[in-house]
Amino acid sequence: MTTVSWSGEPGTSRGPGPFLSVRDLSVEFSTEDGVVHAVDGLSFDLEKGTTLGIVGESGSGKSVTNLAILGLHNPAYTRIGGEIWLEDRELISADRATMEKLRGDRVAMIFQDPLTALSPFHTIGRQIGEVYRKHRGASKKEARDRAVEMLRRVGIPQPEVRVDHYPHEFSGGMRQRAMIAMALVCDPDLLIADEPTTALDVTVQAQILDLLKDLQQQFGTSIILITHDLGVVANTADNVLVMYAGRAAERGTVREVLREPRHPYTWGLLSSMPRLNSSVDVPLKPVRGTPPSLLNPPSGCPFHPRCDYPRLAGPELCFGQRPDISPETGHGDACYLTLAQKSELRTAQTEQTEDRTEDRA
Amino acid sequence: MGRRAPARSDRWSTYETMTSFLVRRILGALMILLIISAVTFYLFYAVPRDPARAFCGKICPPETLQLVRHNLGMDEPLFVQYWHWLAGIFAGRELVQFGDCPAPCLGYSFATQEPVFGAIVDRFPVTLSLTFGASIVILAFGIVTGMIAAWKVGQPLDKIASASSVIGASLQIYFVGPLLAFYLVDTMQLIPRPSYVPITDDPVGWFTHLLLPWVVLSIIFTANYTRMTRSQMVEQLAEDYVRTARAKGMSNRTVFFRFAWRGAMIPIVTIFGVDLATLLGGAIITEQTFTLHGIGELAVRAVQNNDLPMLLGVTIVGAAMIVLLNIVVDVLYAFIDPRVRLT
Ligand SMILES: Nc1ncnc2c1ncn2[C@@H]1O[C@H](COP(=O)(O)OP(=O)(O)OP(=O)(O)O)[C@@H](O)[C@H]1O
Ligand code: SF4
Ligand SMILES: [Mg+2]
Repeated sequence: MTTVSWSGEPGTSRGPGPFLSVRDLSVEFSTEDGVVHAVDGLSFDLEKGTTLGIVGESGSGKSVTNLAILGLHNPAYTRIGGEIWLEDRELISADRATMEKLRGDRVAMIFQDPLTALSPFHTIGRQIGEVYRKHRGASKKEARDRAVEMLRRVGIPQPEVRVDHYPHEFSGGMRQRAMIAMALVCDPDLLIADEPTTALDVTVQAQILDLLKDLQQQFGTSIILITHDLGVVANTADNVLVMYAGRAAERGTVREVLREPRHPYTWGLLSSMPRLNSSVDVPLKPVRGTPPSLLNPPSGCPFHPRCDYPRLAGPELCFGQRPDISPETGHGDACYLTLAQKSELRTAQTEQTEDRTEDRA
Repeated sequence: MGRRAPARSDRWSTYETMTSFLVRRILGALMILLIISAVTFYLFYAVPRDPARAFCGKICPPETLQLVRHNLGMDEPLFVQYWHWLAGIFAGRELVQFGDCPAPCLGYSFATQEPVFGAIVDRFPVTLSLTFGASIVILAFGIVTGMIAAWKVGQPLDKIASASSVIGASLQIYFVGPLLAFYLVDTMQLIPRPSYVPITDDPVGWFTHLLLPWVVLSIIFTANYTRMTRSQMVEQLAEDYVRTARAKGMSNRTVFFRFAWRGAMIPIVTIFGVDLATLLGGAIITEQTFTLHGIGELAVRAVQNNDLPMLLGVTIVGAAMIVLLNIVVDVLYAFIDPRVRLT
């Protein structure tokens, strides 16, 4: 693990360790039906200037995790445990004022649906500018100029005109660009993008991802990219975290996880993804079964009700005891199968998929 | 500066849309009033009690009755009568029974022989002051308490606000009115007995003399607005765009007053537009309760006396008021929500 020192404001002390470090995070919601264990014992790191892709099915806790980093859960019914370190500062225990100063300035977030995520009542320029005013103490005019500059930077044509428009006057792609402009207005160190392209068509999607990459190269921003799309991860991320039922199923570099996936759930995800080099109409094979209830998570390995291999790995382990992710760093996964078994099964799986591909051809 | 120019041209086009919107809405409103007046005319004049008989007196030979009918203009077909009535509004008319009636002429009261239009104009300020003041109280008080409740959601202050809104909603004007009058006016002598002091004569007197009617009229409505504001605020605070505002580092107060507030006001304004008619109805009861000489009192008396011209006049003026205020509400709506196009 290389440690890159933060090159922001001078005089900020920085202890050793990664830029962002999430340790044993748990998020629980009290609801009418009971306690929802949305995130349970999740740990991961993010280095300065890199991109971490978080993938997983709907409901696996991706958004909940990232909202916890920004402290955006309603404390009235949410219990949060563990630690979130942003350099030398712990965020879960931080007070409201500290978090308000951090949000939008050092840590910014892009939401999935830019139409509902932008205020319908204020102009784009005002929504961008107010972040700058709040965190940089800029005047109205400076904020407006900055908003124009940001809109230009994210590739919105005629930014001097667009700055006075309302979100409903923008197209979907333009809205997402505006949202990105808003997130980047204070040059954040950490950018969390929660499915930033799901609502967009493929061409615009590629443009937006390129934009994020360019900005990262220019400003050294660290990015957490939440997505359903492993293709997006393959193209944009350095590291991957596969989440299942609020826990980490597998983590590693993009190369490691996509080339040599170790967790049966990751295999399922990969086989449900259309392969870039295969003919277009290979049927997608979604992971069989349904995501587990978070009110009553299954005992042992949360994936066991949908897994083909508990027999192989040892049923008493799979059904009875929760697997921890191992090894501690590098390419790790939470499954009791031995490395040899995993590699054998993976090879078999890959061949099967290729057979299917050939059958079709 | 080139940069400002597009914004300004946007503004201009906004004014243009506004003007054409107003023209269209006012034309539409006139159509509605025409229909209302025709229907009312038909309904009122088709009632079995013959006003000519009342004019004619106890002993009424048929020839005299016929003459009275003629003098009242009631011996003509109904649509001709309606036409005369309508034309009178714009051109004035000559009435055999009462003489000249200059435009805008709504005829003469059968009961008091005074010109209907003049009577309404005399009493209009009373009813206008009453409803206008009550609207302010309703909106200001309802929205403020609703906001407090939403701000302190689940806490004692929220519960107090919610409880008092339930109590308020279950009260009745003719019950609270005399009760409050007894305590505040008679026993404690805090405020003067309600009456109408023209605002142009004595603004302070206008205010203090109407304070009690305002409060009484607004009590039953305010509760509803407290409840709506609270639930709308709570709903808005859970919206995505509010979360975005938080994610930008906006403080609770900013989120509350700059973002959520706007969204919450939209349904409130809509409901208020609908409530205006009910409010006018409440104003009639309030005028009765405090013997204020407003249009409500005029209406009640017209019904009792079967005073058709007066009844028709009051109905039309009331309808015009509601239609007009609804146009105002629509304009307001467009100001709050930029997505609304005035079309
Ligand atoms: N405020 C809340 N109250 C109760 N349960 C919640 C709340 N927010 C999220 N959850 C639950 O937590 C779980 C994880 O949700 P989360 O939004 O993180 O999923 P996700 O991985 O982002 O899914 P998607 O891909 O659909 O966005 C879901 O089962 C969801 O229903
Ligand atoms: S631990 Fe057992 S149940 Fe879980 S993924 Fe591995 S083999 Fe399947
Ligand atoms: Mg999500």
